[in-house]
Amino acid sequence: MTRISLHLMFAVCLLVLATGADWRQFRGNDGSSTSADVNVPLRWSAGENIAWKADLPGRGASGPIVVKGRIIVLASSGVKQNRLHVLCFDAASGKQRWHRQFWATGRTLTHPQSAVAANTPASDGQRIFAFFSSNDLICLDLDGNLQWYRGLAHDYPKAGNDVGMAASPVVVGKTVIVQIENQGDSFAAGINTATGETRWRIDRPARANWCSPISLAGAGAKQDAVLLQSATGLVALDAYSGKQLWTYKSSCETITSSVAKGGLLYVPSGGIKALRPGSSAGPAKVVWKSSQLSPGAASPVVSEREIYVANRAGVVTCADLASGKVLWKERFKGPFWATPVLAGKHLYLVNYSGQVQVVTAGRKGGRLVSTNELGDKIQGSPAVADGALYVRNDQSLWKIAKER
Amino acid sequence: MRRNRSILFLGIALLSLEATAGFCQDNDLAGHLKTIRAVGPKGQGHQAAAAAWKQVAKADAERLPQILAGMDGAGPLAQNWLRAAVDAIAERQLAGGNKLPQASLEKFLLATHHDSRARRLAYEWIAQVDRTAASRLIPKMLNDPSLELRRDAVAQAIDRAETLLGDGKKDAGVVAYKKAFTAARDVDQIKACEEKLSNLGQSVDMPVHFGFLMEWKLVAPFDNTDKSGFNVAYGPEKKVDVNATYQGKGDKKVGWIDHVTNDPYGNVDLTKPLGKLKGAVCYAVTEFTVDEEREVDFRLGSYNANKIWLNGKLLTANEVYHAATAIDQYRVRGTLKRGRNVILLKICQNEQTESWAQSWHFQLRVCDKIGTPVLSTTRPPTPKKAEGK
Repeated sequence: MTRISLHLMFAVCLLVLATGADWRQFRGNDGSSTSADVNVPLRWSAGENIAWKADLPGRGASGPIVVKGRIIVLASSGVKQNRLHVLCFDAASGKQRWHRQFWATGRTLTHPQSAVAANTPASDGQRIFAFFSSNDLICLDLDGNLQWYRGLAHDYPKAGNDVGMAASPVVVGKTVIVQIENQGDSFAAGINTATGETRWRIDRPARANWCSPISLAGAGAKQDAVLLQSATGLVALDAYSGKQLWTYKSSCETITSSVAKGGLLYVPSGGIKALRPGSSAGPAKVVWKSSQLSPGAASPVVSEREIYVANRAGVVTCADLASGKVLWKERFKGPFWATPVLAGKHLYLVNYSGQVQVVTAGRKGGRLVSTNELGDKIQGSPAVADGALYVRNDQSLWKIAKER
Repeated sequence: MRRNRSILFLGIALLSLEATAGFCQDNDLAGHLKTIRAVGPKGQGHQAAAAAWKQVAKADAERLPQILAGMDGAGPLAQNWLRAAVDAIAERQLAGGNKLPQASLEKFLLATHHDSRARRLAYEWIAQVDRTAASRLIPKMLNDPSLELRRDAVAQAIDRAETLLGDGKKDAGVVAYKKAFTAARDVDQIKACEEKLSNLGQSVDMPVHFGFLMEWKLVAPFDNTDKSGFNVAYGPEKKVDVNATYQGKGDKKVGWIDHVTNDPYGNVDLTKPLGKLKGAVCYAVTEFTVDEEREVDFRLGSYNANKIWLNGKLLTANEVYHAATAIDQYRVRGTLKRGRNVILLKICQNEQTESWAQSWHFQLRVCDKIGTPVLSTTRPPTPKKAEGK
């Protein structure tokens, strides 16, 4: 092996270390809430496996993301929840790298349980897209420099839901897509990631919807495509132009979001429906459906061979991904607002009371390994990166990791 | 030797370039601020503003008051661009172990003609580096035009009142609490003061403190089956005549009735005088008299779809049913003319059957931009039950 090859390998390793462990959006890079990482601790306590804990300046029902060794988390504060915070912490040390604050330009009323920082941010690896219930969309670089600022409710003043909005943005190609569905100005838009200018905007059904848009890359789309889910069905759009690619009419859930993985879509719709995506050649087709898989507020978790669904009562059901056949069903302590994550061979179930239950995954899983107390009111889905689990509540952000 | 000389020249050139850049930064700051202030809706001006932002964010910390002043009169989008620059500069300054220009920031803070948010931002950076800021500056801000600064001052006033009460000085405590109540504009602080004063045997006029309108004439029901009535202009929308009668829902003849709420927060529960109607529209009208023309806030709370007219001019329309409600849920500016004004509301109830979707109500207040009540010169006395207990 030549010296050049060694240098090349070293450079590649550095690149992988720098970028390979990102968790860049709601439910992870592919939106399935899974990570192959087997190094996340199975239990922790005050003196064990809590690498650091950082104070947060405000509330948040959103989850953290991980981008190039940085943990990005949103918060909202103030008596009217109209102060918006974007915070960046160093993943290794927990030290705050930067903190940007803004004043909401849209509506900030929410249900008391929720917060204006309800939407998980997204990143393309270079930029951060922080989106809030007030429909403020903020783009910062990784060092906290403002790239652009959109007040989407400033543009469309009737956009808003006083229960709170919660759809997280998704980056598909060079477009960040936001879904703003409510009784007022209801729309979805594709925004140029570089400039903040609107590439496209389409009207959407005028009723409340909290589902997040998803990339269709995992469903085998041959172009940059995005899926919008609402009460009346699905629509797939070209992410760059907003042009409609196909639709699927069916009653769908308005809180839990779909997953695209292994060429199929797993859609919360009267239980779960596995769909082969549509195309210009034909409509979407149901591969299987199961009313026994009924998600509550948490979205389904989809691994290579199984699908996991948590209902409002705290019952987690695991089914075969190919057939939808139930493999096991166990009751844990809920309620679950945060979508669970699968890291390696374990599910991490975060309940509203602030307990993280670690449960064995897989076809013969369902065994409780540990219950770990963090604090109350956790609603944001955790992030997994580099052997660590990142969890936030209204006051704190934790890094759960083994001591190195 | 030639190589060394080239490096020397290159170094001098780079230093000159940097010095020139710094000089331009000082001279062009106003221009960059102007570019950022020009950002508009739907991404207008973004590319120019992004370039200007990079320059502004490089400015010396001494320029912070100038950047803060750039927020005066700026729109909410531009204010956020500028705020991000201020935070980036101040953060960089402190991370480098340098000081903020505290004296000039404090001068900016105390100049109340500056934008309230900009002043608050100045205060927050001062407070980061000066632990005495809260006790030294805030107590003087009990009547500040910045709601956030005023809120902190009210909180301190409440603490002082509690201390007096804790020391057994009840009379002084009551006086201190009344002072805090008078200054308070945030609902939670107003409620806290009212409850405490009530426990101390003191009565305060909550509807007057907020500016809630308590006396109304109501007419209902008009048809709103399938939410069809929101955009139908029924008789009261065409002409307000409190002596008129109309063909209401189901051809029922309806006329105006008097209604006075005695809720401390001005809530008009329409189900009490009208019944638990579904698919129905109610109109509510009241008069408001002022000595001089003035612009005011109309602030409405309602679970129901609603519209507000002032002297026949539509101010706002919100076709939202049973999402949530709160005091000041919907805000709109309007200009009261000198003399008698007519305020007309349309409150629409849909046909949802869920238990959480049965409210049919509204609460409306008239106030200035920071929530100080604006009262009609012909305002009747507050109903006894509506005052603080």
